[in-house]
Amino acid sequence: MVPLLLGITLVSFVVIHLAPGEPTDLQTQLNPEISAELQQRLRAQYDLDRPLLVQYGKWLGRLVRLDFGDSFSQDRRPVTAKIAERLPITILINVLSISLILAVAVPVGILAAVRRNSPFDRLTTLLVFIGFATPSFWLALLLMDLLGVRYGLLPVVGLKSLGYDYLSFPGRVLDILRHLVLPVFVSAFGGLAGFSRYMRANMLEVIRQDYILTARAKGLTERRVIGHHALRNALLPVITILGLSVPGLIGGSVIFETIFAIPGMGKLFYDGVMMRDYPLIMGILVIGAILTLIGNLLADLGYALADPRIRRG
Amino acid sequence: MSRALSRCRLLRWLMTFCCLLAIGACDRRDQELSVQAEDAPPAAGDTILIGSGADAVTLLPVLASDSTSADINGLVYNGLVRYDKNLEIEGVLAESWEVSEDNRVLTFHLRRDVLWHDGAPFTADDVLFTYELLVDPETPTAYADRYRQVAEAQVLDRYTFRVRYYEPLAPALISWAFPVHPRHLLEGVELTRTTLASRPVGTGPYRLVDWRRGERIVLEANPDYFEGPPYIHRVLYRVIPDSTTMFLELQSGGLDYMGLTPLQYAMQTDTPAFRRRFRKYRYPAFAYTYLGYNLQRPLFQDRRVRQALSYAIDKQEIIDGVLLGLGQVADGPYTPGSWVHHPQLRQYDYNPGRARELLAEAGWSDGNGDGFLERDGRPLAFTIVTNQGNDQRVKAGEIIQRRLAEVGVQVRLRVVEWATFLNEFINPGNFDATILGWSGGIDPDVYNVWHSSKTGPGELNFIGFKNEEVDELLEQGRRTFDLQERQRIYRRFQEILAEEQPYTFLYVPESLPVVAARFRGIEPAPAGIMYNFIRWYVPAEEQKYHR
Repeated sequence: MVPLLLGITLVSFVVIHLAPGEPTDLQTQLNPEISAELQQRLRAQYDLDRPLLVQYGKWLGRLVRLDFGDSFSQDRRPVTAKIAERLPITILINVLSISLILAVAVPVGILAAVRRNSPFDRLTTLLVFIGFATPSFWLALLLMDLLGVRYGLLPVVGLKSLGYDYLSFPGRVLDILRHLVLPVFVSAFGGLAGFSRYMRANMLEVIRQDYILTARAKGLTERRVIGHHALRNALLPVITILGLSVPGLIGGSVIFETIFAIPGMGKLFYDGVMMRDYPLIMGILVIGAILTLIGNLLADLGYALADPRIRRG
Repeated sequence: MSRALSRCRLLRWLMTFCCLLAIGACDRRDQELSVQAEDAPPAAGDTILIGSGADAVTLLPVLASDSTSADINGLVYNGLVRYDKNLEIEGVLAESWEVSEDNRVLTFHLRRDVLWHDGAPFTADDVLFTYELLVDPETPTAYADRYRQVAEAQVLDRYTFRVRYYEPLAPALISWAFPVHPRHLLEGVELTRTTLASRPVGTGPYRLVDWRRGERIVLEANPDYFEGPPYIHRVLYRVIPDSTTMFLELQSGGLDYMGLTPLQYAMQTDTPAFRRRFRKYRYPAFAYTYLGYNLQRPLFQDRRVRQALSYAIDKQEIIDGVLLGLGQVADGPYTPGSWVHHPQLRQYDYNPGRARELLAEAGWSDGNGDGFLERDGRPLAFTIVTNQGNDQRVKAGEIIQRRLAEVGVQVRLRVVEWATFLNEFINPGNFDATILGWSGGIDPDVYNVWHSSKTGPGELNFIGFKNEEVDELLEQGRRTFDLQERQRIYRRFQEILAEEQPYTFLYVPESLPVVAARFRGIEPAPAGIMYNFIRWYVPAEEQKYHR
């Protein structure tokens, strides 16, 4: 895993440096107050005048000491601090949203498969595809206008009310929950289609198998046949997808965070790329890479758990 | 728009700082509305919630170069001088100043009653320290160049500060509007590591009490402020990146102040309910958008072609289409109505017939009947490049594209991400024409944009404009202190630009702030509305936030 990680960092490092522009641009370009000499001095301060490999070596040297360096933006704060203040909320929303997706998509997928071509199947298919096709920013704005502005039921943006600090503990929890309703719903809505269709397709595949026929022939209840024998096998590919979505836990969506004014990882990364804030970009990419590798590992372990053949094999 | 103009920032801190981008008068109807109950007596208290599209980056002014940081630093720190409501220079930390006979020495007499937020007294040493900080090669600041013209800076006594310049420099005085930094907290400290960047200590009317990154910044009134404590007790900046969301939040009562987009101003705020709860203001920004021609290209070396293109573009149509009428036609680099603006410039009103004539004079004709002009078998075609993320520029480009096609000019439009745009197109001079904007300082010195010595790679005269008379005028202009004389110089400069049309000046956008109706004491002036922010108040019975 370590050589793989090293390869990932080298490729990312080179690629982001290939993009035109430099971190100092935003400060210096098209700014009448800046002379060429000053630009050179700023570049030198960031080591940008050194060869790329030297820069990579320095960065790697710090990384092995678990130091991601300081951000290149003018605040020069440590990358870890910037990531740390954004990570909790991103993970919270993603975990809630994935849980919601699973809680809805798995039963819907199973039922749709079991009652294939029934009105329920058709209706849910239609609904999840509408969800899939709905632009999340549009849906978010409509819901904000309706529930936030017209009816005043839910807060429009952010995570906490202005008076949050004056609330009691249960009041605070309630306040955050109220703020989370829209973001979690909107982010889950678009993801329903994928999961429920997967679940449905897998289930259809599985219930055609001989062992399901056998199970039925044994006289097991339909409930046991579907819930025990079929579900386990149908879940395998879903575990793969879940494993793949582990790195997604720290990645937010820029559009979504921008709309809801949630200071999350997506916006941090996007702004970092736009400013060519190399240490920050690399920091997030490394964490993402590590999580991807861990996700793969977890998926493998998950298979073993769900499928005795792999465990013994 | 914030992103649009903020990208190109001539002296932006000066603007945001001293007057928060502004000049002009406010919308008539809104003015009438604002007369109601203006007589309620001032009272201290309440909170103003300000919507901001981006979080501040650093609250150390010497390092900051983004507009949110500049806004907040403007409330936390003071400069020696600032622009007043009529855009004339007045003293802040400096009580008075003298300019020597030869215009090379400035002597500032400082106020004696100023304290830093931590209680330490403010002295001339702080000013000297700030100057040294700015010119220190180790300081990664974007503001050093203007202070490098200083030959010598010295502290004469505890409250007197003197600078001597190598040569007379007209914009020198206002450059001392730069926030003064506290010496006692910063001396010997590594600038990029200091906690002052997130916990600033200034002399200004507000001090920072809380900063949650990406979420909000809270400022509280400084009770010891030397111009008297501000009425509004607390200022809360809320970071809401999306302007539609911000507008929804404004309507739901979560914001008291934001800058509207032209669409919101014109189409979404014209309801009785909105007018009851908020007041809108509009005044021209110190900025303009232009179509600049790369004068290295043979096509654009013919002045008649540039003039023809200016005639073929309907500027009012762009203003109506892109800004929904909330802007005015630009005819040069200065905002119409400012003292330096030339009122009788040659105008290029929409006139496709004249455009065709000029192009024909320059030898362009439609030989093969395809609707586009050619000369020597080469079609009259070029590409306009502009940056991504600025919808107004892209739309303006599309309108220009269509109008120019009508006179037989084939235009392609290319939209490129900002860093790529600069590094691959603008800096190497690898473009035909570009739509960009300058947001200008209030001082008319535009040496860096128009002087022929500034055409090198990465410099601002990237269209390669070279004119000996302009060079001379610009050099004279920045050495002249007499206002009448300066006006004469810059008017001549505008006449040359109007004749040469190196840019087709398109429009001056407007600042469109909206403020909750409970705030009183707002007096629109040439400097906008924010210049007297510390005198805004909410009558006691209308105050909304009590803790």
